[in-house]
Amino acid sequence: MLRHTADRIPAVLRRPFVQRLSAIAVIAVIAIVIPAFFPSTYYYRVAALVFVFAIAAIGLNLLMGFAGQVSLGHAGFMGIGAYAVAIGPTHFNIPSWLSFLIGAALSAFVAFIVGRPILRLKGHYLAVATLGFGLLLAIVFVNEARLTGGPDGMLVPRPVLFGWSVRGTETWYWIAAISFVFGAALAANLIDSPTGRALRAIHDSEVAARVLGVDVAKQKLVIFIISAVYASVAGSYLAAFNGHITPDVSGFLRSIELVAMVVLGGIGSIAGSLVGAALLVMLPQVLTFLHDYEQMVLGLVVMGVMIFLRAGIVPSIAAALSRRRA
Amino acid sequence: MTILAIERLSIAFGGVRAVDNVSVSIDEGLVFSIIGPNGAGKTTLFNLISGLYVPQDGRVRMRGEDVTGLPPEQLARRGLSRTFQNLQIFFRMTALENVMVGCHRHETVGIFPSLLHLPAVGRQNARTRAAAAGALDRVDLSAAADKPAGNLSFGDLKRLEIARALATEPKVLLLDEPAAGCNAVETGELAGIVRGIADDGITVVLVEHDMRLVMRISDRIHVLANGRTLAEGTAAQVRADPAVIEAYLGVHGSQEAARAVG
Repeated sequence: MLRHTADRIPAVLRRPFVQRLSAIAVIAVIAIVIPAFFPSTYYYRVAALVFVFAIAAIGLNLLMGFAGQVSLGHAGFMGIGAYAVAIGPTHFNIPSWLSFLIGAALSAFVAFIVGRPILRLKGHYLAVATLGFGLLLAIVFVNEARLTGGPDGMLVPRPVLFGWSVRGTETWYWIAAISFVFGAALAANLIDSPTGRALRAIHDSEVAARVLGVDVAKQKLVIFIISAVYASVAGSYLAAFNGHITPDVSGFLRSIELVAMVVLGGIGSIAGSLVGAALLVMLPQVLTFLHDYEQMVLGLVVMGVMIFLRAGIVPSIAAALSRRRA
Repeated sequence: MTILAIERLSIAFGGVRAVDNVSVSIDEGLVFSIIGPNGAGKTTLFNLISGLYVPQDGRVRMRGEDVTGLPPEQLARRGLSRTFQNLQIFFRMTALENVMVGCHRHETVGIFPSLLHLPAVGRQNARTRAAAAGALDRVDLSAAADKPAGNLSFGDLKRLEIARALATEPKVLLLDEPAAGCNAVETGELAGIVRGIADDGITVVLVEHDMRLVMRISDRIHVLANGRTLAEGTAAQVRADPAVIEAYLGVHGSQEAARAVG
């Protein structure tokens, strides 16, 4: 039997609850304080969008940054969540909150069904298979015009919660911010658990994880389902917040944008997901004065980050800071 | 008592019979070495036993149970783990976290308690950490516990793999060339570690090129050449076997050896 030597483990590794969530606590404080500096509701709107996309980015980061599996079709799950809160109340008289939950459950179910065959693939093959999945869903949303309004999209009824009609940009800011903090906390919890360790192990060596008894196929499927639910939740918020939805929500560009948020912010960094989402949501707003050159400059910024901060913004800065301290 | 029995195992890769009709019976608690010249099929045999390859013919039995063709994760649950000749380390984790993954099959908390970090997860993590620290201690790596695995030396990584496999609490441990690339001091320490593991009742199956190490710590040695069994016996028996000397040194070499001894 193995000897127990817990008393010899340094304190750093006995991370208590508070310490593990310290980065998230900082984000929560920022989310509470920053509206004081917003000159207009327009800023609430942009900030709410940042948090909404950051929720989807965290989910994708769990899949890419921790389990090491790529998905180029994650906007498909955003689409499921978005159309759930649009179609449910409009066509079936299902309340928004229930449609939201149905969307998340449906995303989990779809992830379970498609995940089993495609997660056997590796690298580029997995990327192409997930890409196909995303395209497939976008086509469904375009073609099922009777339900989805086709390429023009459809209006999303304003959610009503216990008789309270959810309206106003500021309200949505708080909903998005609280949901993000909650989602980030769940992700941090997961990483510091047996499942989290198994996922990180799979990222580095699948064969070693397997001989240690890790059921690699099952773990990949679990994290794929969880990341799909994150995307679905973000999609539902996006639809309800905008009040209008088109098939673009699940388009290829959206999927690429999610991957870019994860990679720019920092693969495997939860705070990085927020930074990546902030960059890709805010930069186009900041660059609107450039008109036709907006996309080009955006592309250059993305290239610059990848060249000079290869590990992503948050991990690169963290590494630089710890080097300076050393 | 036989803990691991390999019966007439065969696998071919494009016409090359890498393992050809090999039968081995391994008793519990021994250090059992498999040796042979390069290309003899030692690592292929390991991959067959540990479930990475599925044999085309033959059976593998663990404690009497037929485990032929089971995937590695299910073999791990039945008490078989291994290390790798070319390291398979989780480089982005610390040494201790690497070993904690080895405790995976004993961890019981589910996905929803993990997401919510219910108290059970904290208790599980503490148990896992303690068990992993114990396994690290067993290979004298406690000092490196919190270092990123990527910062460890080659010899330390070899021992880290042993600690990780020990954390699964195996009945049978397959070590694939644990001394390769280690210096004399490290190899000496390794001998003590391997003997200690066997003394604790864990059956060790060893593939190793360092003959001094093999002869020193093996209870029994099985010799392979060109995928086939050449000989089996104690260190002294194998060392004196003319067929073994010939396989290692060639016909001419065996004549030279005979002259040198005689």
